[in-house]
Amino acid sequence: MSALSHARHVLAENPVTALSFCLFALLALAALAGPALVPYDPLASSDRALAPPSALHWFGTDNLGRDVFSRVVVATRLDLGMAFAAVALVFVTGTLAGVTAGFLGGWTDRVIGRLTDTIMAFPLFVLAMGLVAAAGNTVANVVYATAIINFPIYARVARTEANIRRDAGFVEAARLAGASTATVMLGEVLPNVLPIMMVQVSLTMGYAILNTAGLSFIGLGIRPPTAEWGIMVAEGAGYIVSGEWWIALFPGLALMLAVFTFNLMGDGLRDIVDPRRRT
Amino acid sequence: MLGLLARRLAAALPTLAGVVVVTFVMTRALPGDPAAYFAGPAATREAVEEIRRQLGLDQPLWVQFGRYLADLARGDLGVSITTGQPVLSDIAQRLPASAELTLLGLLIAAGFGIPMGVAAALRPNSWVDHLCRVVATAGVSLPTFFTGLLLVYVFYYLLGWAPAPLGRLDAFSSPPPHVTGFHLIDSALAGDGETFLAAAAQLVLPALTLGIFALAPIARMTRGAMLAVMSSDFIRAARASGLAGRTIVIRYALRNALLPVVTTLGMVLSFLLGANVLVEKVFAWPGIGSYAVEALIASDYVPVQGFVMTMAALYVALNLLIDLAYQAIDPRVRIEA
Amino acid sequence: MISRRTALKGSSAAALGAATAAPAIHGAAAQARRETLLLISENPPNSTDIHGVGANRPAYEASWNLYDRLMTFGVKKDQNGVDHYDYTRLEPELAESWNLTQTSVTFKLRRDATFHDGTPVTAEDVKWSFDRAVSVGGFPTFQMRAGSLEKPEQFVVVDRHTFRVDFLRADKLTMPDLAVPVPAIYNSGLAKRNATAADPWAMEWLRANPAAGGAFRLERWVPGQEMVFARFDDWKSGRRPALARVIWRIVPQAGNRRALLERGDADISFDLPPKDFQELAAARRLKIVGTPVENAMQYIGMNVTKPPFNDVRVRQAIAYAIPYQRIMDQVTFGTAVPLFGGPAQPADATWPQPSPYVTDLDKAKALLAEAGYPNGFETTFSFDLGLASLNEPISVLVAESLARLGIRVTINKIPGANWRNELLKKEMPLITNTFGGWLNFPDYFFFWAYHGQNAVFNTMSYQNAEMDALIDRSRFTRNEAEYAEAIKGFVSIAFRDVPRIPLFQPKLMVAMRDSIDGYRYWFHRQLDYRVLSKG
Repeated sequence: MSALSHARHVLAENPVTALSFCLFALLALAALAGPALVPYDPLASSDRALAPPSALHWFGTDNLGRDVFSRVVVATRLDLGMAFAAVALVFVTGTLAGVTAGFLGGWTDRVIGRLTDTIMAFPLFVLAMGLVAAAGNTVANVVYATAIINFPIYARVARTEANIRRDAGFVEAARLAGASTATVMLGEVLPNVLPIMMVQVSLTMGYAILNTAGLSFIGLGIRPPTAEWGIMVAEGAGYIVSGEWWIALFPGLALMLAVFTFNLMGDGLRDIVDPRRRT
Repeated sequence: MLGLLARRLAAALPTLAGVVVVTFVMTRALPGDPAAYFAGPAATREAVEEIRRQLGLDQPLWVQFGRYLADLARGDLGVSITTGQPVLSDIAQRLPASAELTLLGLLIAAGFGIPMGVAAALRPNSWVDHLCRVVATAGVSLPTFFTGLLLVYVFYYLLGWAPAPLGRLDAFSSPPPHVTGFHLIDSALAGDGETFLAAAAQLVLPALTLGIFALAPIARMTRGAMLAVMSSDFIRAARASGLAGRTIVIRYALRNALLPVVTTLGMVLSFLLGANVLVEKVFAWPGIGSYAVEALIASDYVPVQGFVMTMAALYVALNLLIDLAYQAIDPRVRIEA
Repeated sequence: MISRRTALKGSSAAALGAATAAPAIHGAAAQARRETLLLISENPPNSTDIHGVGANRPAYEASWNLYDRLMTFGVKKDQNGVDHYDYTRLEPELAESWNLTQTSVTFKLRRDATFHDGTPVTAEDVKWSFDRAVSVGGFPTFQMRAGSLEKPEQFVVVDRHTFRVDFLRADKLTMPDLAVPVPAIYNSGLAKRNATAADPWAMEWLRANPAAGGAFRLERWVPGQEMVFARFDDWKSGRRPALARVIWRIVPQAGNRRALLERGDADISFDLPPKDFQELAAARRLKIVGTPVENAMQYIGMNVTKPPFNDVRVRQAIAYAIPYQRIMDQVTFGTAVPLFGGPAQPADATWPQPSPYVTDLDKAKALLAEAGYPNGFETTFSFDLGLASLNEPISVLVAESLARLGIRVTINKIPGANWRNELLKKEMPLITNTFGGWLNFPDYFFFWAYHGQNAVFNTMSYQNAEMDALIDRSRFTRNEAEYAEAIKGFVSIAFRDVPRIPLFQPKLMVAMRDSIDGYRYWFHRQLDYRVLSKG
């Protein structure tokens, strides 16, 4: 059975996963084309502040008269972009570190193990808070902080996978054929580990988005007037009780949708890649 | 057992050392100038420098680190600017609040998550399975602060079913005599029904918020473990012998599936302890999470240091406990030191 | 083996005594609710000692209600009929009477006044307290100095119930300065017993243990959560408060504070966003009181030593480019007094008063072109993140407006803990900030904010000899007409040179349930529990 037909089989069997892939496509579209397609400038204030959803403003306007719909769509690019950058960063570093540790063992394994233990000894969200507060409230720092706190997961999974395959037949064969350790590790073990890591990527995307939102809620990381889902919820939180529910609800729903999509996608990818590991 | 304990503690030492160093560097890098703060609102530049000298903040970093270690060894975690209290007593006072909330949240998550996982495992790929997955995933996809705010809005402001989000007790109840710091336990021990109910009422919404968030991993793990167990040989044998379905599930399958679930519970507990900073902010919960956040925002780095150190120590202890529990439950499991 | 059940039985037997007493206590508590005020706010006090290092604003409220001072201010009604402290009238508090001469003032203390622990209050205690205020440095010493109270030698114990303050110079601020929160009167005997060689002023101990004799005692303090005050029934320095108990609870989330007030689960709060105050006032379910904060102003400051802000035409151009009305509507929601669109010359000798500037982009463009910047320039706009709820939207609106002149603004958000330090450096070219003074005299404001002495509050580094001369004259003249002329003079210069652009005068907004009476506005902007009652 080819990879594509296997994938199609899984998706057909699992309508929820299929739905998640469609949602992902929608999100990607919003991130890529959104800023060009939105009706209003997300940063432009106006005199129509706190207007409820209407034909003119689909999601209403916020306290400075900015169109909430435009802001939610434009924020997709920032939130997804940041999550993607963080995940890409940790994927590369974590996988490499984990594979190296699991394949080589010994001293390398111990050092990397200590590193992950030290990171995991911190309450992860608090570590992210501390890193961003210390290094400064920039997009880059939020990305780095998110990458750092997710490092242990990737390193551990990659290490376990590499460990399992260390003594596998094809690895022995490659070694006997005279390939160097690095070539064996990167050429044989890594490609086999990658599919499992892809699953982790999807799940971490969701977590990265929540992390960014949480930091914004406390006042770290991204600051207004940038359009970002977390800030919008934090700002809108103060208006819920006074009845302007739309300011917080729509970005909150967008957040939920994005994280939801990535979580379900992760499940789906896991089914495609390694059905034995279904949970 | 004692040997395992000793080995584990020894293994934890380098980690703790790493935590101490990272905490120190991180908090020193926080913006904000305690010297300017202490010097007062109208201080001149010279006055600020003078205070900085007095506080020892002009010393090179490694000298400050030495002092930090010396203080740590004496158990002196410093004094917080924002509360004006020694950090150690602040933490001792606030830790039970977070612990009580987190444990209750975990209980709720397990109380719903385990049955959901079992139900999903018994009917794989049915609509029950999909529904469970969607519900659990939805819970973990919302930021906790958003869930908390929504719950407050609906259940307190609109419906009036929940009490005011004023913290652990409403304004007119006094805390029960201190035994554990857990209001539920302490008021039960003191036989004070009214305080017990008051404390329980305040706990409902924040614990629910945490529970919703922790639901997914528990449900997932239960489902996975149950699936694995249900397809094992001994269950097949039990079914072939004609045992009733319910007996199989509860007495045999669930018991065996519980091991990985217990590990997950431990992991979720440690994750929640760190993640409940947001929930504590929404519900005015006087826990260590909100304590750390307030200090961080005010660039009051001493409480942040103390908080991180405490949490790290707690994590090490918690992981140790889980490993021991693991060994106690299933002696087959070999644990690498 | 002691099972959990037997252990519980043992403890519950002991608790039985307490349990049977519990219902009676709760019954009494229910009645006491009517005499108890529940106050909620965002920021907790970090001390009960106003002399303490780094004591924050909420700590001033604790000190005000726990401690007595020699004198207090009288009360008048403002234009809305709200009780307002009267800074022209000083009234007895701990001191029954005083004799004011050119060189000193002698106070006669009440003979029957005691501290909370029953110790009689004597002149020794007053001297110790005042010595402490001028010796510990930081904010209290600075505030004492503002009224020429600088050296312990000025404070003299004449006899057990007579206390004298010698003046260093003729300063009209000395007497009012004795009624501000800082010169509180401490129980020196109790404090000294808890002092150490390393800590002779008992700073450590007094933080959480008030050695006080004011109208309220500290019943309980859980730092960061709540502070509970109970009426001191033997208080002799004023009329017996109507409230028996005040519970001050911290509720960090603004939306929750509003919800609590609306549902009647809390009685009173200051800390709500401006928009909420506007809506609650319209809904008429709660009593909303707004009092303009005296001698205070939110402004846009330009550092006159940093080009292009050294050119007065550039500063004036920016003054014409500010979107004043939009700021009033979208940021303050009616909880502030506009300080723009006033007459060309100052109408009277009051402060703050509106500047003559209005939003006029054409005029702004013309001025900029004249100064040599027809295409604008680049600059940074900084503000204090600690007050983000006001500063952030102001920065967004101002940046947008300046962009239309070609001025490209980068917004620079300074964390609250850094703000004071950044102000000290005096490097920031363009800022928004707020400043207010406790003592309601225009010359007081200008002395700190505009005078060439270049105090930290002169954030614009403004230097003008003509201005300095006028300020100095107004501070020390006794001639009413000369005083008024000097004030109008320096206000006029301030508007013409416009190193700072007035935006608005903030109002102190408070929301309370209809049953609450007696609210009084104080210059320290904190709540005075002694005058409140619950109907």
